[in-house]
Amino acid sequence: MTDRIPGFSTLAIHAGAQPDPTTGARATPIYQTTSFVFDDVDHAAALFGLQTFGNIYTRIGNPTNAVLEERVAALEGGTAALAVASGHAAQHLVFHTLLTPGDEFVASRKLYGGSINQFNHAFKSYGWEVAWADPDDISSFERAITPKTKAIFVESIANPGGIVTDLKAISAVAKKAGVPLIVDNTLATPYLWRPIEHGADIVIHSATKFLGGHGNSIGGVIVDAGTFDWTASGRYPFLTQPRPEYQGIVLHETFGNFAFAIACRVLGLRDLGPALSPFNAFLILTGIETLGLRVQRHSENALAVARFLAHHPAVAGVSYAGLPGDRYHALAETYLPKGAGAVFTFRLKGGYEAGVNLVSNVELFSHLANIGDTRSLIIHPASTTHRQLSDEQKTLAGAGPEVVRLSVGIEDVADIIADLDQALAKV
Amino acid sequence: MNHDQYPDAYIRAILSGVKTVAIVGASANPARPSFFVTKYLAERGYRVFPVNPGQAGKLVAGLPAYATLADVPEPIDMVDVFRASEHVPQVVEEALALTPLPKVIWTQLGVRNDAAAATAEAAGVQVVMNRCPKIEYARLSGEIGWTGVNSRTISARRPQRLGQGVQRLSIDRPGPTRT
Repeated sequence: MTDRIPGFSTLAIHAGAQPDPTTGARATPIYQTTSFVFDDVDHAAALFGLQTFGNIYTRIGNPTNAVLEERVAALEGGTAALAVASGHAAQHLVFHTLLTPGDEFVASRKLYGGSINQFNHAFKSYGWEVAWADPDDISSFERAITPKTKAIFVESIANPGGIVTDLKAISAVAKKAGVPLIVDNTLATPYLWRPIEHGADIVIHSATKFLGGHGNSIGGVIVDAGTFDWTASGRYPFLTQPRPEYQGIVLHETFGNFAFAIACRVLGLRDLGPALSPFNAFLILTGIETLGLRVQRHSENALAVARFLAHHPAVAGVSYAGLPGDRYHALAETYLPKGAGAVFTFRLKGGYEAGVNLVSNVELFSHLANIGDTRSLIIHPASTTHRQLSDEQKTLAGAGPEVVRLSVGIEDVADIIADLDQALAKV
Repeated sequence: MNHDQYPDAYIRAILSGVKTVAIVGASANPARPSFFVTKYLAERGYRVFPVNPGQAGKLVAGLPAYATLADVPEPIDMVDVFRASEHVPQVVEEALALTPLPKVIWTQLGVRNDAAAATAEAAGVQVVMNRCPKIEYARLSGEIGWTGVNSRTISARRPQRLGQGVQRLSIDRPGPTRT
């Protein structure tokens, strides 16, 4: 192609994929193999020494996974990406690359509950300390930063939905502190929001959700924006110091503005091991080809459902940034002009019992703990994912007893609304 | 030439056109980028001449090394510079003293000297700065995608394998053959 920059949907279909050089296969083949033969001994040595590009072993890289990586990097506007076994694995490898024991990072307290658990518990055993901040109060991020802080972590649209994070403001805090800004862009997807354009240095995804989009594969992706200067502070030795396991190579010097993605692969994925199955990569890739179409419909359906709920007599309130009057509507207009996504919460006047009754009476909605499926999904956090918390903790987490979360699918919107209508009549 | 951003066609024409490359600052240490860029370009079919006074008369990545550009026994199409930005004017001066003139002066990632570039361009030499020819070759051939790097290219044409190996791609990607 010429230097014309392709549009989003063109990249969603083509980026990273090319006809197979050996067979001519046009769809990306599933390279379901553990290992790859070397051309010769010298080639093997060059591959192990990071001196040339190529395939060794699927734990480190695989040609099917590589297409997924390049595609997500292109859609997010990053320099490179790494596909891994899950969104949680993506977070694990990102922080493993950035932190050493005793280091700290600042995270928004409005996150997916699984991430809160990972940061509070699993990461503690590595000696990585999280300091929580409030995305509705930017100064709380500044106050949480100490000399040990190595990164800031937020979600663009925050789970359980409805919260829009002011990325430009938080990016300014990160730049002032000289630390990278990590943005989980799972709920927005690059179709609705490209966080790198608003200051993100690293973007991560649970590809399990909208990227794959069909509820059939767990996967995660790390995108390197190529924007952060790892050498400025000397505080990121994985990137700036000679690596003894690679004959003293300095990753930043060797790989330039995609060194972070390389570090996550050759120091993180290689040694910690959460590799993505090539079959999952294939399914996620296939999903991404229709990402723009799906997310547009998801958002349109979600807005129609939110409007319906906002006027329903059993509903006390709806938290959806796409609705005028919502506290995040102004931020959504700034960051999400194409739509506010498909995941949001609403509150029932009938409290806990009404929530239980609603999820028990829906017929089209699936009652389960996932989001970002073609199918419409529903969950009552207080009786499921947040059951172990006190009522006060539930409310703080946005999961009070009267709260229901929806992930609105791409079925006919009239059927989605009709199902909620009939179930709400029984609460 | 705008040295902040190069059109792919400019880079592709350079990498397709040059046959001989002198690597100024080529290191004998296999962990240094200058070593494996030397090796990589040689494996892609370029005739590569390491230039490093400390290695003159020895082999770098299996190739005879020379003390200066003037010592290289063949016409040099491209001079690839692994020296800090402040040393680029001296390398350009040495390059412009060659007969015939090199077609291209290329400086590696992090190396940029706009005044020296202007001097070279005034003499009719093409300049690329703050780029790596290994990365650019791999980007335009499609190899770099194996590492999850955004090549910023898309193509529905089949990549061409290079040489006998299975894990080498060529920068050449011809269109469908007419029958």
